[in-house]
Amino acid sequence: MSFRITGTGMYVPPKAVTNDDLAQIVETNDEWISKRVGVKERHISENEWTSEMGAKAAQAALDDAGCKAEDLDMILAASVSGETVSPSMANMIQNRIGATCPAMELNAACAAFLYLLETAAAYFALHKEYNRILVVGCERISGILDWTDRSTCVIFGDGAGAAVLERGEGYLDSVLTVKGGDDVIKIPHFPGTSPFFTLEQDSPYIHMQGQETFKYAVSAISSDITTLLERNHLTIDDIAWIVPHQANVRIIDFAAKRLGIDPGKMFVNIEKYGNTSSASVPIAFHELKESGKLKRGDKVILCAFGGGLSNMACLIEY
Amino acid sequence: MVKEKIIAMLAESTDTDASEITLDTQFSDLGIDSLDMTEMAMDLEDEFGIEFTPSPEINTVGKLIEAVEKLTEA
Repeated sequence: MSFRITGTGMYVPPKAVTNDDLAQIVETNDEWISKRVGVKERHISENEWTSEMGAKAAQAALDDAGCKAEDLDMILAASVSGETVSPSMANMIQNRIGATCPAMELNAACAAFLYLLETAAAYFALHKEYNRILVVGCERISGILDWTDRSTCVIFGDGAGAAVLERGEGYLDSVLTVKGGDDVIKIPHFPGTSPFFTLEQDSPYIHMQGQETFKYAVSAISSDITTLLERNHLTIDDIAWIVPHQANVRIIDFAAKRLGIDPGKMFVNIEKYGNTSSASVPIAFHELKESGKLKRGDKVILCAFGGGLSNMACLIEY
Repeated sequence: MVKEKIIAMLAESTDTDASEITLDTQFSDLGIDSLDMTEMAMDLEDEFGIEFTPSPEINTVGKLIEAVEKLTEA
């Protein structure tokens, strides 16, 4: 017994920043960003905190599912760019939407939304009385970018995505992989001002080694999808859609090529939002659903990878 | 073997006639960027069972062939 996705929602802040806008800030241009990353514009928060965006996506998902905050049994959220470490983004969202259920946050960087689904499945198994769990990925990544580093600041965007999960049979299988401590991608914390502490730390922004990240991401997608297909005796023809983490269109295209998959089966919307970390998969899933191309009963693979290093893929029946 | 394979891969991925690719051809002349190099590195790893990380110094076809041959001989 696991769950079905009965509602989805997303929110991005109104300000859209184009590649030409970024060319005014760092030495870059539209052609370079479009070709290397696949982003045309991203939304950047001017006056909304991470949890506000998370709450707006959450409310949209509740409305879509036709339920209310008081119907929820648990809220699980993820973020690497929350405005507070404590209260967690899950707790802040609980407060903002007027829910009273338990809430907690977890960290698996860009792969986190999938880890939320896995955790929700575990809660449904543990608490037989739970019928409805809200999962939210929310990010104000613009707050943890080095805006002088043209290799990272052009990639990311702010936003939030959410889903309402109701007890059901739609979560079929999952594969989780962690390579702990690998710092190909890292976001150091502010080290503090202790007069006793002597170690130095990199700046508290996203640091990413491009080529290594690319290699890791393509390998992760390829091996996770292959594992899910083989383990469930499926072929790619049985899968209606693959919804990958929107990190870089080149990663998605090359993974599709290596897997021998029609690139049209990979849902892509990075051109509009950039990489929104934990929000990217729920935003993409929501847009796929809203496009009318996703049908009830379709088998879908979600896959994500990111800092940690953490990657995961899951097979669902919508 | 390595040379023929690499030239064939480059010709296919850049839509160039293999006869136009020489050992002195620069990757920049073929319009190959760092992500293209990473993609090719992954294909070479699969093809030759090696672990290969591209570097900025490997900027010509000849240097790439030499680097891969060294790894396959190891």
